[in-house]
Amino acid sequence: MIARVSVTLKPSILDPQGTTIHQALESLGFKGVKRVRMGKLIEIELQGGSKAAAKKEVERMCQKLLANPIVEMYRIEIK
Amino acid sequence: MKFGVVVFPGSNCDQDCVHVLRDVLEQEVVLLWHQESSLRGCDCVVLPGGFSYGDYLRTGAIAKLSPVMKSVAAFAKDGGLVIGICNGFQILLEAGLLPGAMLRNTSLRFICRYVTVRVERTDTPFTNRFQPGQVLRLPIAHNEGNYTVDAAGLKRIAERGQVLFRYCDADGQVTDAANPNGSLEAIAGLCNEAGNVLGMMPHPERASEPSLGSADGRGVFESILQSVACR
Repeated sequence: MIARVSVTLKPSILDPQGTTIHQALESLGFKGVKRVRMGKLIEIELQGGSKAAAKKEVERMCQKLLANPIVEMYRIEIK
Repeated sequence: MKFGVVVFPGSNCDQDCVHVLRDVLEQEVVLLWHQESSLRGCDCVVLPGGFSYGDYLRTGAIAKLSPVMKSVAAFAKDGGLVIGICNGFQILLEAGLLPGAMLRNTSLRFICRYVTVRVERTDTPFTNRFQPGQVLRLPIAHNEGNYTVDAAGLKRIAERGQVLFRYCDADGQVTDAANPNGSLEAIAGLCNEAGNVLGMMPHPERASEPSLGSADGRGVFESILQSVACR
């Protein structure tokens, strides 16, 4: 089982990387871009078990280490 | 007095701290490897600058899990003096020993240069040798020094007077132009509520001898000596 965790800055936190990418896209002529947020992707391979249990476990990993709740939020996808 | 300088894999300012404390201020210093749990009876623990664990995941995020940090947290809880410089500050934030978090500099650049900071309080173990409002010339060298905290946290910090240093211009004025990294309220250094744990982005250990261009940072270490001597 693979857990994909995407970690991004909270909407309230200024993301200068996202802003820079946004501007670069516009300079290339991509006009329809409303907002860009930059984040990181963490792939975790897990041993067996149920999807629900895996999600719970990864949730704990996020809270303890993978994301900093003060500035970041996370989304978990189990495949 | 006895200082303990913690060494994480990737620390690179540990020997600078040792030099200032041992050779310049003539104090006893021991190096504490991050796998150690004993602080060996130190009066003050220094978390030095560098790139602990290569800054992987987030600055300080892995270092906070080191065995030595458990002891540092217990030491701090008992009122022991802890100073985190640069990466050390980032580790203290990640460990929850100081409120808030660090973001990348708004310029997205690593900044390595002298800045000026204003001393906001002089009644602390880390600043008692300075004058109120004194402007210090200290070097910074970081990519993640853009301090942030939520509105409630900022209010708490302000009410308790936890900000000890703010980025300012040469005249001591806090301006946007004098803020090198976008740090909230120009915060360059802050302490915990009890006042015994300090985190600061500028490097006092790199500015403790006139031959290095500034000796303004020496006052931070002399303040620690003074406060321990007066205990």
